Order: sequence, then C-alpha cells, then structure tokens
Amino acid sequence: MNTPYYVPPEQFMKDRADFARKGIARGRALVALQYDSGIALVSENPSSTLHKISEIYDRIAFAGVGKYNEFDQLRVAGVRSADIKGYQFSRQDVDARSLTNQYAQILSQVFSEAPKPMEVELLVAEIGIDKSADRLFHVMYDGTVLDEHDFSVLGGDSQAVTDRLKISHVADTSLKIVLQNAIAALSGAETKLKYADLEIAVLERNGRRRCFRRIDESEIEAIIG
Amino acid sequence: MSMPIFEVGSDPGANFGELLKRVGLSPFGSVSVDHELVIPHATTCVAMRCKDGVVMAGDRRATSGNLISHRSMEKVVQADEFSGVAIAGAAGPAMEMIKLFQLQLEHYEKVEGQTLSLEGKANQLSSFVRSNLPAAMQGLVVVPIFAGFDFHTDSGRLWDYDVTGGRYEEKDFVATGSGMLHASTVMRISWRRELSTDDAVKLCARALWEASDADSATGGPDSMRGIYPVIASITKQGWSSVTDETSAKIYSDIAIEVGAR
Repeated sequence: MNTPYYVPPEQFMKDRADFARKGIARGRALVALQYDSGIALVSENPSSTLHKISEIYDRIAFAGVGKYNEFDQLRVAGVRSADIKGYQFSRQDVDARSLTNQYAQILSQVFSEAPKPMEVELLVAEIGIDKSADRLFHVMYDGTVLDEHDFSVLGGDSQAVTDRLKISHVADTSLKIVLQNAIAALSGAETKLKYADLEIAVLERNGRRRCFRRIDESEIEAIIG
Repeated sequence: MSMPIFEVGSDPGANFGELLKRVGLSPFGSVSVDHELVIPHATTCVAMRCKDGVVMAGDRRATSGNLISHRSMEKVVQADEFSGVAIAGAAGPAMEMIKLFQLQLEHYEKVEGQTLSLEGKANQLSSFVRSNLPAAMQGLVVVPIFAGFDFHTDSGRLWDYDVTGGRYEEKDFVATGSGMLHASTVMRISWRRELSTDDAVKLCARALWEASDADSATGGPDSMRGIYPVIASITKQGWSSVTDETSAKIYSDIAIEVGAR
C-alpha cells in the first residue's frame, strides 16, 4: 500500500489559492461603482448573451468573474434562495448580507474540501433607500468577504484597474461620469474599449420594485455621447 | 438557510413550483373536508380583446355564504409587465395561486435571462390550476382568466380555464364567476372587434354593473366608500390600471343613463 504524501496545510492552501487566482486573472475585469442615484456595474464582455452581471432580486444584483459555468451556477442558486425567502417571508426580508454569507459558506467549503476550488470571484450589490445604505460585498474564491465602498474591482488585472479608479473616482456624481471613469479604468492607457464589448447594468433608485436594468449599446452612446 | 444547489439530474431549472416542492414548501396538496366550508369566495371577472390589446376587470366583493366578507378585494392583478390574471373562486387558494404565478414568471425571467412567451405563461397557469384539482374536488375551486399582450402576434390575447386546468383561448371576450352570465350577455351585445381601449374599459365597467345588479354575490360601484371595480388595460405600452377617479366618472355616467330609462 502506498503511503500518501504529507503536504503541510500551508502548502495545500497556497497551491489551491494559486490555482484559483490564476484562473480568475485570465479573465477580464469587472467594476461596480456607486453614483448619485444607484450602482453601476461595468464589465468587458464580448458576448451579449452569456452575462456576467444579472439580477438576483428587487434591489440586488450579482456579478461574477472567472469560470462562467461556475459563477452562473452560483447565480442561479442565489436567485433561488432569494425567491424562496421572499415567498416564505416577505420581499423586504431578502437582503444582500445574508446572500453573501451563503455564497461565502459555499465557496469556503468548496475551497477546502472539493477536488478543486472554484475559479470565481463574486460581487453582491444592493441599493438601499439612500446612498449610505448601498452595499458592495466582494466574495473571493476562498470565501473571504470584503465589504467595499465607493467602488469594487473584480478579476483580470484588478490591481491596475483599482489604481486607475482611485485617481479618477468622484463620490456622488452622475451616471455619465461614473461610466466614463469605469470604461477608462477598464481600458487602460493604450486602448479604448468599444461599447459593443461592454456589458453594463445599473441598480437605480427609480421608485419601482425592480431596480435592476441593463444598458445596451445605443443607450451607452446616448448617455456618454 | 442553506443555498438550494441541486445535482445535475434533479435540478428544477427555471420552474419555481418544482423548486418549492424540492425544498418542501409546495402549497398544493389534497385537503380533506367532510362538510361544505364557509370560506370567502371571489366572484365576477371579465376580460375582452380590443384594438390595441386587452382589458380586464373584476368586482371587489368576496362573500362567505350570505355574508359579504370583504368589500375591497382585488381579483384582477398584474402578473408581469405585459400580462394579468383575474380570479374567481375560493379566495385563499386563488390569492396563493396568483402570488405563486407572479413569482414563477419573475423567477423564470431571472434564471433564464429572458421572459416566457405569452403562451408559455398561459400554459404555466394551466398547470397551477391542475395542481389545485384535489382541493377543487373538496369545494375550493379556483377559475382564473389570463390575458396579456403577445409581441409574437402583435395583439392582445386571452384565455379562460376550467377546474381541471383545461385552457381555452377566447377570440373576443370572456367572463368568470357567479355573475358571468349577466356580464357576458352585456359583452355579447356590445362587443366589437375594433373597440378602442377606452370604449373597452367602459364596456367592462358596464358588464360588471349589470352583473352586480342581478347577482347578489357581485359587488357594484360603492361611491359611499370610494370602492370601484378594478379595471386595467394591457397594450404594447404595458399594464395600466384605470384610476378611481376615472372609474367614478364612468359609473356616474352609467347611473345617469340607467336612471333615465
């Protein structure tokens, strides 16, 4: 009988983290930014049907980067969990924090127990009745949760994008400026992304029940010019 | 609460009713009642096609036997942006069915990333009514009308159902509930294919007026309390409810006309 090799826990965790990080960094970045009347989510995504950004519930949006099939499975689980909770109790009982904790639980369990960790990073965004009640929860591949403010960057070369946004981000500004900043930060200095290669959606305080709305290419042009 | 993640073979897909079954929350099931229950019943609803879409209307009364149990029940509700449901029958199961139906449409839209076709929605409601059959056998009958704007055919469409989930598309107009005979007679006489939305609203209001005049379980306009039948139109622009002020005006015109007979 073969004796299994001893792998120290530090090494085991490091190997898995490196594996997950590599998978996530291969994809393209995604940003979420607060503006005066909501949260904008912007990502580079050449496909117009395989979404990275979607609606979870009335005031909650989901964004994922990394392996599409893995974060899409988590997205569907989130929609289910939210719809069941709203059905069982009340629509106002569905919140981003509880959903984020469920995601963190799954990701941390998969990270340490499954044959391979999930190569995904998630963002659960929620708009409140005013800006101070907005939430940006960033969930890492190992289940680490970050409660972020103003903006959040996931995947790709996230450090470079974060650095660019730190300089350009203005609090309490219009959707137009926020979108310009986001596109510039995702594009970098050399190139400028085409509108057709962007996936953009907003959670907006519009007075309606469902606050999630996709913004298509023609609307981006109308907003930014 | 743990997250509902399923094995590939037992995944409920975009079906919310099926999902509720998996997590043990399904509201449908057989009830055993050995005598007739006295529970609130919702009564008359009508729907008709018009030039630009469909118009639906329902009175506000719920009755338990000879008693009026509610005066302001809303039996015509929006299902999603381009469709609505009107329900007659046992109020409790009917309201639960509407709630579940609205959730199913939204759930499908979110999971699949696109809305169901109007025919798909009508079919889905049919399976809800069928699931209620065991309860219907015990007297808890629920009979809905479903109507909406279909972008595939670029017209309004409407369906009515029987207790077994049978689904029948109607070309012109339909009524359900205890006052259906009186209401459909009014529509039969005055309905025209080219009715404008405003005229269809007036005709629905008139149909409910006559039903409430002759059927004790159907509520008429209650100007004392400011309660009027719910009337809504669904067109290319989406769902739009008729305001109480407009209903008040329509009904005072009808009252004047009837008074001068």
